[in-house]
Amino acid sequence: MSLAISAIDYINGIKNGSITAEEFIAKTLDHIKKQEPKLHAFLSINEDAIEQARQIDKKIKSGQKVGAFYGMPISIKDNICIKGGKTTCASKMLQNYTSPYDATVVSNLKSQDAILIGKTNLDEFAMGVATEFSAFGPSRNPWNVDYVPGGSSGGSAVSVAGLESILSLGSDTGGSVRNPASFCSIVGLKPTYGLVSRYGLISYSNSIEQIGPMGRKVEDVALLLNHIAGKDPYDPTTLTSPTPDYLSGIDVGISGKKIGIIKEMSSGAGLDKTVESVFRNAMSAFEKLGAKIEEVSLDMVQYTVATYYVLTTAEAGSNLSRYDNLRYGYELDSEGYEFKSYISKARRNFGPEVTRRMILGGFVPSAGFAGKYLLKALKVKNKLKKQIQSAFTKFDYLISPTVPVLPFRFGEKIDDPLAMYLADINTVTANLTGVPAISIPYEIRNGLPVGVQIHANILQEKQLLQAGYALQNTTEIPEINL
Amino acid sequence: MIGLEIHCQLTKLESKLFCTCKANYREFEPNTNICPTCMGMPGTLPRLNKKAVEKATMIAMALNCHTPERLGFFRKNYFYPDLPKNFQITQLNMYGPTSIGDQGKVSVEGKEIRIRRIQLEEDPGRLIYEGASEKTAITLVDYNRAGTPLVEIVTEPDFDNPRQVRIFLNVLSDLLQNLDVSDPTLEGAMRADANVSVQDGPRVEVKNIGSFHDLEKAIHFELTRQQSLKERGIEITQETRHWDDKRKITISSRSKEEDEDYRYILEGDIPWVIMDDHAIQSWKKKMPESISSKKERYITKYGIPLQVADVLSSDKYYSDLFEQAHHETNAKEIANLITTDLMGLVDTREKREQSKLIPKHLSDLVDMINSGKVTRSSAKNALVEIVKSGKSVAEIISSTGMTKISDSSELGKIIDEIISQESAAVQQAKENPQTINYLVGKVMQKTKGKADPAITLKILKEKIGI
Repeated sequence: MSLAISAIDYINGIKNGSITAEEFIAKTLDHIKKQEPKLHAFLSINEDAIEQARQIDKKIKSGQKVGAFYGMPISIKDNICIKGGKTTCASKMLQNYTSPYDATVVSNLKSQDAILIGKTNLDEFAMGVATEFSAFGPSRNPWNVDYVPGGSSGGSAVSVAGLESILSLGSDTGGSVRNPASFCSIVGLKPTYGLVSRYGLISYSNSIEQIGPMGRKVEDVALLLNHIAGKDPYDPTTLTSPTPDYLSGIDVGISGKKIGIIKEMSSGAGLDKTVESVFRNAMSAFEKLGAKIEEVSLDMVQYTVATYYVLTTAEAGSNLSRYDNLRYGYELDSEGYEFKSYISKARRNFGPEVTRRMILGGFVPSAGFAGKYLLKALKVKNKLKKQIQSAFTKFDYLISPTVPVLPFRFGEKIDDPLAMYLADINTVTANLTGVPAISIPYEIRNGLPVGVQIHANILQEKQLLQAGYALQNTTEIPEINL
Repeated sequence: MIGLEIHCQLTKLESKLFCTCKANYREFEPNTNICPTCMGMPGTLPRLNKKAVEKATMIAMALNCHTPERLGFFRKNYFYPDLPKNFQITQLNMYGPTSIGDQGKVSVEGKEIRIRRIQLEEDPGRLIYEGASEKTAITLVDYNRAGTPLVEIVTEPDFDNPRQVRIFLNVLSDLLQNLDVSDPTLEGAMRADANVSVQDGPRVEVKNIGSFHDLEKAIHFELTRQQSLKERGIEITQETRHWDDKRKITISSRSKEEDEDYRYILEGDIPWVIMDDHAIQSWKKKMPESISSKKERYITKYGIPLQVADVLSSDKYYSDLFEQAHHETNAKEIANLITTDLMGLVDTREKREQSKLIPKHLSDLVDMINSGKVTRSSAKNALVEIVKSGKSVAEIISSTGMTKISDSSELGKIIDEIISQESAAVQQAKENPQTINYLVGKVMQKTKGKADPAITLKILKEKIGI
């Protein structure tokens, strides 16, 4: 029994009796135990996983109704709440925080008999591209542990790439699912804004972020999306449109489809030569699949990183102000403080990147500066949206490399925030415009993964997964050495 | 010039503005009317209470405001321990009219008071200072109130004097009660701050005013203070001052809190609410009849005198009683009974809550009066008993022997007694027939109000011979 099986194979294995949930979970936990000192994908492990697996096996044996995941291990980014367990956001501010409720996605997975195997590492409050800003130490890229796994959902990507989990849920505010998916050679989807409930996702920049499924195969991601998508009364921003079965017809192909190559993301000085070369291979693969390819220019893209950091810091400044250590938090004696000085003292426990964004977030929406920064950013966002919408009148898909650079070494960019922010240039557009985007692992070059990003129009996840599936079948990713 | 900012809780709603905890937080032990959402726990999202939008819009319509095409919510960011998220979800018209209402007007004794805007927002929790002083070392926070629906009404600086302010607040309070959106008599349900300036001078905001009575005093104090500074050529500073409840003066608050930059941003977790005509029209239809329309109807339809109609229409408790108790023929008598006899018995919130009176009592009583079974003054006594016990009118009348005495022979005996006791008054009545009312009064006294006044007068006149 291999841990490297797809979600679909796992379900078939359970159904034909070749594996049991308990065996699989036990083997997974052993593997996690061995790998964690090296990979550090997890911040906490589900202590009841074996018992839960036994219960599910019992249900299977006695012929009771069993949920769609049949005890499959799924890891959850540690900014998504699971009742009764710790949810830390990889921050010292929440190091002891226990959520009193389940996120909607979590209750959905629980009710479908998934085993939530553990909570995965991230950049503190999901701010970063490398997990280097986790207060509890970084996760490591399983393809080469000297390299970052990407972020902020780095732990989720590592857990899937490192065979510690079959599937994972991350969150994507500016590429936080797609970036680590690309760096770790797995599939990561950022759904349409409003497709997946954010209830229980701890907000960083609430107007653009989404929870996203991650897996080793496109069809696995489609399966996971099937069970998390849809209207949720607890999240008024979820869309009311009915959701299709994302798995059925995933193999219809993309013959005759029109694909636009986003010029501003696929060329220029910032694009690594290796990434460019892999991307060219993907382009010809698309052509061989019968798609028509053409370059398209979206000139607003050049302003997206600036826009993204203005908008997200303004929202983060507000979203994170509740962490004042008054109602929950960590031990800090209040003796001798009045509440304002106590709050500032308590908030010094935020790490450097969060602090940096808090300071920016206090500034950009402030009186006298809002017009220059926040309101201008909102204007760019609207223009970009119009540009994307007009591009989708002509194209079915828009593609680019997921990240313009290869995975980098630890410490390489940590002291250069601007260089780090530029790694987001290809991913933030999907967040700013609300459209779905997926990263497909395409090649391993010199031991480092490179991914390809496909965008589709609002709520076109089914078509997006079909394109991802078609592309996936044009390449062979070598097996990982752990 | 005086302008007001009034905060009014929508106390008649079932749940809080963004979760299903109770809007009526007053009955709970501290921190028991809370949930992850109103406590702002990480990951929670606000779910807008649609009823609150409906009720707040009714207030806007009653104050003749424009309603926007779409409603938006904004975050007002500031740190305070009573604010679980350290921002308050409120509304803002800086980027176009997206609050519940704007540009309204109300007429107060012929003076038009313009309403700048009305917004819907969440109330924070409550800070409780041990020993009731802000100087205490221990401050307790009760979040039961956090997230309850609040409507802020901002007027233009259109008031000329504190008296107009008081009348306006009474009108507003009656209006809110009549709309059945709020009970302003509940403690803390209606709060007001004032902006005061003299002769185009700088604007001074007066906060922390506990009651409307004090508001009038505070404005008066502030006007006098600013006037006397001006007379002495001393500059008036634009500032926020707090009302000192004990010393009855305003004090400069000098706190930095007042220059705070709230860094307003759009609340992206609440989608825009499209205010379509259909919804607005259906809410308009649901709105209770306005006070002025009721008054007009009472006067023209039933011939109720202006002053009685005024009292009856402006107090929802009375007008509800009236509406349920009256029909074509007894309306005037019901109105009289309420505004003369009942009023003193149910003039406070506590008395109303304890009262056992139902509308049927009033109509039954008026029937008894009209059919000559009880006198007006017996009816008054009966009301006291009804409010206390809730017993039926018939029961009270028979058990306490309030049945009117209209039997001539029985009355004749009593009148004979009075005539023999009051020879001086009898003599006077003979000389000046007007004074016979004194003797009628004596008979009423003797019969505890049960004597039929008309028959009494007739017999008296016969016996005295006038």
